[in-house]
Amino acid sequence: MSKKCDGKVRNEQSEVTGARGEFCEIPISRRSLLQSGLGAATGFWLAGQPGREAVASTTPAKAKAVIQIWMWGGPPHNDTFDPKPKAGNDYCGPLTKTTGTNVTGVEIGELLPLMAKQADKYSIIRSMTHGNNGHETASYMVQTGHRPGGKLVYPSVGAVVAKLKAIDAGYKGLLPPYIVLTRPQGRFSESGFLGSRYKPFATGGDPRRPRFAVEGVVAEGISDKRQQNRRDLLSSLNTLAHNLEGNPQAEAFKKCEAQAYELILGDAGKVFDLSQEKDELRDRYGRTTFGQSCLVARRLVERGVRYITINYGGWDTHKKHFQAMRRKLPEMDKGMATLIEDLSDRGMLDSTIVWWGGEFGRTPKVLWEAPWNGGRSHFGRAFSSVVAGGGFKGGEVVGATNATATEVAERPVYPWDLLGTVYQLLGIDPDGTIRHPQGMDVPLLPTKDDGIDVGGRLKELV
Amino acid sequence: MRLFFAFMIVLSTAVIVHGAKREIHRPFENDASLKPQGAIDRVVFSKLRQLGIQPANVCSDSVFLRRVYLDVIGTLPTLEETKQFLLSQSPHKRRELVDQLLQRDEFAIYWAMKWCDLLRVKAEFPVNLWPNAVQAYHRWVRTSFKDNMRYNTFVRELLCDSGSNFRVPQVNFYRSVQGRKPEAIARAVALTFMGVRAEKWPKERLEGMTPFFAYVGYKKTAEWKEEIVFFDFKKMVAEIDKDGPRSAIFPDGTKVALTPDKDPREVFADWLISPKNPWFTRSIANRVWFWLMGRGVIHEPDDIRPDNPPTSARLMTILEKEVMSSRYDLRELFRRILNSKTYQLSSIWKGDFEKGQKYFAFYRARQIDAEVLVDAICQITGTTEEYSSAIPEPFTFVPPHRRTVALADGSITSPFLELFGRPPRDTGLQMERNNRPSWSQRLFFLNSSHLRQKIERGPKMQQLMRASRDPREVVTRLYLTILSRMPTQEELAVANKYSKSSEVDSRTAVIDLAWALFNSVEFLYRH
Repeated sequence: MSKKCDGKVRNEQSEVTGARGEFCEIPISRRSLLQSGLGAATGFWLAGQPGREAVASTTPAKAKAVIQIWMWGGPPHNDTFDPKPKAGNDYCGPLTKTTGTNVTGVEIGELLPLMAKQADKYSIIRSMTHGNNGHETASYMVQTGHRPGGKLVYPSVGAVVAKLKAIDAGYKGLLPPYIVLTRPQGRFSESGFLGSRYKPFATGGDPRRPRFAVEGVVAEGISDKRQQNRRDLLSSLNTLAHNLEGNPQAEAFKKCEAQAYELILGDAGKVFDLSQEKDELRDRYGRTTFGQSCLVARRLVERGVRYITINYGGWDTHKKHFQAMRRKLPEMDKGMATLIEDLSDRGMLDSTIVWWGGEFGRTPKVLWEAPWNGGRSHFGRAFSSVVAGGGFKGGEVVGATNATATEVAERPVYPWDLLGTVYQLLGIDPDGTIRHPQGMDVPLLPTKDDGIDVGGRLKELV
Repeated sequence: MRLFFAFMIVLSTAVIVHGAKREIHRPFENDASLKPQGAIDRVVFSKLRQLGIQPANVCSDSVFLRRVYLDVIGTLPTLEETKQFLLSQSPHKRRELVDQLLQRDEFAIYWAMKWCDLLRVKAEFPVNLWPNAVQAYHRWVRTSFKDNMRYNTFVRELLCDSGSNFRVPQVNFYRSVQGRKPEAIARAVALTFMGVRAEKWPKERLEGMTPFFAYVGYKKTAEWKEEIVFFDFKKMVAEIDKDGPRSAIFPDGTKVALTPDKDPREVFADWLISPKNPWFTRSIANRVWFWLMGRGVIHEPDDIRPDNPPTSARLMTILEKEVMSSRYDLRELFRRILNSKTYQLSSIWKGDFEKGQKYFAFYRARQIDAEVLVDAICQITGTTEEYSSAIPEPFTFVPPHRRTVALADGSITSPFLELFGRPPRDTGLQMERNNRPSWSQRLFFLNSSHLRQKIERGPKMQQLMRASRDPREVVTRLYLTILSRMPTQEELAVANKYSKSSEVDSRTAVIDLAWALFNSVEFLYRH
């Protein structure tokens, strides 16, 4: 990484680029099939779809779904789940205190009082490491479990789950199995070699607003009646489509359209209507984009969605770091703590993994000098992740860093160790393979033989 | 203008719905004869006769216009261009249009985009070319197409040149190979220029080819992300001193000694671009055919191997001959294909779809490339898209009027482009570009605020709505602008009825009509 690429100032605008997903394989209700005149002859799934092979190897599953809180930009481990209050001003800045939690002996950052009350439900991994300080490469490693290089570009864990646990496994939901709230990540292609069919559906819109206008699903100011009129108009003016009846591409197109209308006019789209939730609960999550995204994520899990990424940006705090933490950490604390508590209250936590983390941590030593004036830079050598639910034990702390959180002191955990454990809990054999669209079977995760360091799966947490 | 509309409406009502013998699907077809125009047609039609497959009718002028604009320059014709072409009385107007389009700047821009997909031109991840090199490389490719560089020269320069990635942009070919190991380079060369997936080769063949690329050296300079790519002569001499003479094996099995007096990359390139090479000519002939027809004679176009033969060996041979007789002038190859009757067949097939598709009995309707599609929407509505590059800091913002097809950098993207299957430029495989329809694409078109704003507020849409008090003329303009054709009587009647219904005001009716045309298969597909 060069100096111009490293240590750079990023703001939330960096989220403007990125990907929106494609998904056409969800089954649609019989009613909408009949409405659209496709009839019973059409299968629920796209006919002749390539790459629909048997699931590689699966094991009994504890978890059905994953909610990934993606801390895009890299959250500071020192100020969150690995505080070092004794390290002094150069490491702590103004955040010198810690909060005791409901688990004896576990202390977390002072700005996370609500998370402190839920500590028995999640575990902290304080010894995450991969050593890379570039956003794009680190994001790739943390979310695919592979180092870049070689001839393949691997899919992210979300795309793998969408494939093995939904699209290729008789998924019956009305919603896409892999959804990102609200903006796509960008910087790397989530679906890798699997291709764009396995990309997440990005909702767009803002769940904090009175109406969560999910792009394409909710159009403000267009009544259902006008939607229906337009649909009829389109149908009578689609002259070429009528002439191409029987063309597989045109037929697929028609089927996709019927699926889309199921979300626009049918019941499936109601999942995004947060007015169905009690005001009191919405307040507890926090009336912020992040807080309400957590609430939407829970609703999506209830409807059978397999993998939800909450793309939570703004953590690349090279400058004004501590001001940003005072603003952002309480918002994160509220949303995440309420999510874990709410899932637990509803008996959903046992089958839902909540995974919090970014592509790396931030430099434990504060950069007081200009131009940073109290900032933290990228830090891939040591950082923290948090996992809850879906078979992960709560109340544990795995590994440790040294006195300044600059080095892993005990039990290193690499991205592939963590992802292997997540796969295992989802009933996907982490030592198994996944089918490349060109036919070969590719190992899901690398092993020692690939020349990487391995810390071992998180046996202590399952 | 008014006269034109009056004339066209009369013309469109005067056509016969059914031809004397054949059923003609108006407004997409005409009753022109299927007389072969050249070697390509003779081979294709005789194969169809032999197999008992009936070819489609010839496409109508408006379909041809739209098709050839999209296929050749990745741009929708404007209302003026449409009008001019449809009114032209020249008997050779299709041929003349092809010649014009091949000379336009958009030709080079569009084909630079297609080639940059294959060459994996992007700033960041998984290959890191970085922005400066991306701009230089893209400009070089675009200029090569603008100047009509011969294809064999193009390939030789990509493979053999040495120097700074900023000043000799061709060398970025080697920088855009993931891993940069000799074997990975050999694999990329086989895929890009031989249309072959080396992983399907016997192991020895790839091993034999690898030494040609074992002496590609890279060194950094003091400039940010500048890199010199060169023939590492010293490394080769040292290896010979230590382990004795070096050799390599061409993929056809011929063994060759490698000596330090000639860059091994040149040894390979000379073998590759020879007209006798069994892969080189075949691969480019098949690729161009694939790009224009939507399906290769060998399919997929980058999967040439003995157990994946051409559907018609004679057609493959003819296309290769066309490449050689035009001396690797790709514009000439385009011209010959575009002027063939085969290319000008309608997309409405007769008989068995699968068989017809395999033997080119009709033009293959398929969704428009993502970049072209978004440009078409912007052109019609008079709106723009925002693009920016996150590296290097501070962000670079692309000027709003730059067209999407002209974007150099695969790392600069948008939700629309990702949604509509723009390739990530990870592997250089043709199949990375995904033109399959999807559920979320339909959501975008049917109901997104993004498209809605363009239709409701776009300055050109406003102009269209205000252009005339006569609703028939407004409808006609919408059809000519969005679908590049006149509406039929039935369509005019439907539009008229919709606007008269009590539920909508006249502005809403026009918006809904435009919305319906944007959502039609006819707009979203090349056909």
